Amino acid sequence: MTGYLRPTSLADAVAARAAHPDWLVLAGGTDLMVNAPHRPVPAGIVDLWGCAELRGIARDGETLRLGAGTTWLDVVQSALVAAHAPILGAAAREIGAPQIQARGTIGGNVATSSPVGDSLPVLLALDATLGLASPRGRRVVPYRDFATGYRTTSLDADELIAAVVVPVPDAATRLSWRKVGTRAAQSISKVMAAAAIHVEDGVIAWARFGLGAVAARPIRAAAAEAAAAGRPADEATARAVADALAGEIRPITDVRSAADYRLEVAQALLVRFVLNAGRS
Amino acid sequence: MSLLVTFGVNGQIASVEVSPWKRLLDVLREDLHLTGTKEGCGEGECGACTVLLDGVPVNSCLVAAGQCDGRAVTTVEGLARGSAAEPLLHAVQRELVARGGAQCGICTPGIAVCAAHLCESGALVGASDPRAKVRELLAGNICRCTGYQLVVDAVIAAALPDGESAEDGAGDGGRGDGGAR
Repeated sequence: MTGYLRPTSLADAVAARAAHPDWLVLAGGTDLMVNAPHRPVPAGIVDLWGCAELRGIARDGETLRLGAGTTWLDVVQSALVAAHAPILGAAAREIGAPQIQARGTIGGNVATSSPVGDSLPVLLALDATLGLASPRGRRVVPYRDFATGYRTTSLDADELIAAVVVPVPDAATRLSWRKVGTRAAQSISKVMAAAAIHVEDGVIAWARFGLGAVAARPIRAAAAEAAAAGRPADEATARAVADALAGEIRPITDVRSAADYRLEVAQALLVRFVLNAGRS
Repeated sequence: MSLLVTFGVNGQIASVEVSPWKRLLDVLREDLHLTGTKEGCGEGECGACTVLLDGVPVNSCLVAAGQCDGRAVTTVEGLARGSAAEPLLHAVQRELVARGGAQCGICTPGIAVCAAHLCESGALVGASDPRAKVRELLAGNICRCTGYQLVVDAVIAAALPDGESAEDGAGDGGRGDGGAR
């Protein structure tokens, strides 16, 4: 390892990242330090943990802006999140355990881009955007376009994630979240699903379904969303959503679960979300 | 490369010259000879290596040494007061001993650190279901021996010494002898 930089401002962090694109960008370490002695020693480290500018949650117009270095504990404790994006708080509360929540960050979850990243289906359902920063300037990208494949993203080599921006859903939007695993704490999920369903007079105007652990990356279920749009939030629609989902995802069998189980549970979750949207 | 890292450990200042990538767990055990902190999984799953970093429980296997510079760490060795000859154990440690809330002992330092934080943060005071709260706050501390029942008993006894909570132990799926000494 040739260097270790601890920028304390976003400008310094961006400069460090651009100067050393091959260095590890480290925040809370809850992914990158797992089994650290058995990992290759990084060429260098840009350590963002002490960059206070990257941490915090604020209301910004009709959005919530979460600095990339905001921890899950910050999210759990945030009154703004509880009021405006409760499914994000619910997801944060189920991430790892208190020790992990104290260190893991939202920007880290997005950057690592694991197919089982706990917050990622929620960010898809909420239609979050990302604020990215590089020496070339800032850009805003929809989160749904960010994860490109298995643990790959559209983040450029000189870029950092500065913030996650969540539009505040209106009162007619029903939010749901469910993580299914072997144990509530510390267990990596078998299936995760999040939904934002906009209901007017019992009819679903639009729905966004975010899913995790059913594909190489966190995905939106576009066909299932299309099957819900313009239909009443009832049993028939829920069944159509489940059928559409079966046509668009191909979960795998691995150490944590089986393909057919994952499909069945994912379908059951979306059915439940649609029916709950109809009741509320 | 190595980096001079200076941080508080159990109320004293420590300086070590280590790789910034070295785990806090290894700095504690190898450089500072504080071997009370144990490595269980090395993956942040089991909580055996839990320490307080700036007063908050973290897995020391997931913290890079460079990230500790200027910060304060409390390990299990820092929970007791008194002297080495006459230690005055933390209430959590006393109750874990008295109630048999430990067996092989690998998870115990992490549980003691987490539980001490839980006591001092007052998280149980006024909790509608203190047992459930203990289980939630200790969910990141895996024990393969005890079944948790006596651990929960010990934490409740330490956190709520006035007996705010009945030691019912019912429905816990544990050993069913909660509160027995």
